[in-house]
Amino acid sequence: MPMKRVLVNEPVCMGCHLCEVYCQLNHSTSSDLVKAFKRPEHQNLPRLRIEARNPIFFSLRCQHCAEAPCISACLTGALSRDEKSGAVITDEAKCIGCWTCILACPYGAIKQDTVKHKSVKCDLCQGSKIPACVEHCPNEALVFEEVAEVKSK
Amino acid sequence: MKTLVPPQFRVVRDPERCIQCQVCVNQCSFNAQYFDAEDKVVRTREENCVGCHRCAALCPTRALTITRNPMDYKANLNWKSGDIEDIWRQAESGGMLLTGMGNDKGYRIYWDHLLLNASQVTNPSIDPLREPMELTTYIGRKPDRVHVSADGVKLETTLAPQVKLEIPVMFAAMSYGAVSLNVHESLARAATEMGTLWNTGEGGLHETLYKYGQNTIVQVASGRFGVHSKYLHAGRVVEIKIGQGAKPGIGGHLPGEKVSADVALTRMIPRGSDALSPAPQHDIYSIEDLTQLIYALKEATNYTKPISVKIAAVHNSAAIASGMVRAGADIIVLDGLRGATGAAPKVIRDNVGIPIELALASVDSRLRQEGIRNQASLVISGGIRNSGDVAKAIALGADAVYIGTAALVALGCHVCQQCHTGKCAWGICTTDLGLTRRINPDIGAQRLSNLLRGWGLEIKDMLGGMGVNALESLRGNRLHLRGVGLSDTELEILGVRMAGS
Repeated sequence: MPMKRVLVNEPVCMGCHLCEVYCQLNHSTSSDLVKAFKRPEHQNLPRLRIEARNPIFFSLRCQHCAEAPCISACLTGALSRDEKSGAVITDEAKCIGCWTCILACPYGAIKQDTVKHKSVKCDLCQGSKIPACVEHCPNEALVFEEVAEVKSK
Repeated sequence: MKTLVPPQFRVVRDPERCIQCQVCVNQCSFNAQYFDAEDKVVRTREENCVGCHRCAALCPTRALTITRNPMDYKANLNWKSGDIEDIWRQAESGGMLLTGMGNDKGYRIYWDHLLLNASQVTNPSIDPLREPMELTTYIGRKPDRVHVSADGVKLETTLAPQVKLEIPVMFAAMSYGAVSLNVHESLARAATEMGTLWNTGEGGLHETLYKYGQNTIVQVASGRFGVHSKYLHAGRVVEIKIGQGAKPGIGGHLPGEKVSADVALTRMIPRGSDALSPAPQHDIYSIEDLTQLIYALKEATNYTKPISVKIAAVHNSAAIASGMVRAGADIIVLDGLRGATGAAPKVIRDNVGIPIELALASVDSRLRQEGIRNQASLVISGGIRNSGDVAKAIALGADAVYIGTAALVALGCHVCQQCHTGKCAWGICTTDLGLTRRINPDIGAQRLSNLLRGWGLEIKDMLGGMGVNALESLRGNRLHLRGVGLSDTELEILGVRMAGS
């Protein structure tokens, strides 16, 4: 199934971490950046991370694999594929924090939320037209594109 | 030695807004921001801040303000803070003071004392939204006379090579090594899109940019870096660089730290070695020698490209320019006092050369008096800030202008004058591969094209106001200018009448 994914134009990723900042904001219960970071009740983890070894920077997140090992590994069925977007998403109610998905993920793209004791990962900002990281990348190093099209470039 | 120089800036952080995201820390290339891991807060080393605003521009909560450090000395109109601190710097280093960008002293900016005309009642102004407007400019040697066939259809005169510009604004010489490859790519792509030219500067042309050759001026400077047959053939114009407005009489100096593997390959010099251009071209000690180099380059390019000669605007520019035209230059470039640089001794940048407006007017007048103005196009650079300056330059007699600083500002430059450090936090004047990626050529080319597009619209509006529909009607037409606040001598040199007269 062709689906849109977040791709990194690595030569212009400058490791500013703003994708993380806006990811965290978009997954917060507050839409105010300052509150999302400062108030404990609104805090959460960014669902991506920056791999940095100067001069290389790379904004890494879930690849939403066609055959996702995390879905197969999940003990409770908390991870599943969203039929509409093709994204691998987490049902927090079902997640028991066993971290099996983290062991299974070949990209290291799933994080432990040790406060809520749930696994968190990129959901391509379900409900938004463009993922927050892409929208706010100051150098347009992140693009949201159909994978098939990108391969043909 | 303990420095006596106080921090130049203060970084004011609003604790209410700061979310400790550390974007400022990872974006500051001067180590002025750091994360205190023990207290888990971002802190500042103000002595390192250069006022480039990179941190403030990227701070997601706008928590940062950069202000001048309000350290007041005893009021003294002779000994200003900069003079005192420069002495301390030299007493501590024992060296020359280096700097970047153009002259920042208060020498008169003549553009701000010149005003354009507009049509009222007796001649109609033209609305560029409804009527065609022509900005097209051809640069290159023009014939003394044109012969047309008897039927009046065919041009019988053989024209020297001409280059068509859709807008009379070109990107000035900034070498690969001084600026990054991404900057070069942005300039090349914007020049191609807008139908103008960009200039390689003296550091050669990276092989990935040869495809933009039809919009490229390739420069030959005293160091001959990256100059070879393929390079000369790649360009649309070949430019001999004699001098540079920011440092007349001095050659380029690219520190070895900026000579990365790719820069070394393009310049054809060892990696990490200082790229020092000799102060003079060692094969040019006279006008006759210049003729030899001009014709050597014409021979090498089969007389298919105009040859440009660039000099810094200095006291005898008019006489020198006359010699350059007679030596065979098809384009003359004058780079004025406020022309910028990637690195220059501060004392040279701040004290040598003359304002471009005066140089332009005197050179144009001189070439006209001698009846040789048609033999070369006149291009000026050094301090063009907006389309108003462009229009005034054209009216004073320029065929086209170069913009360097303005182009870099379009890319994000904040004119912090740290180009010589190679640490440009905006990723422009650096070859540090971790920093150069801060310029995305897709965005850069778009920003530069947008700037030229905007200026083009404004120039058309000014032309329309003056009641002319082609830039050619403004060129060298100093009656479209009036001076304000200038002495009789200044008005005489500029060839412009006083406002009201």
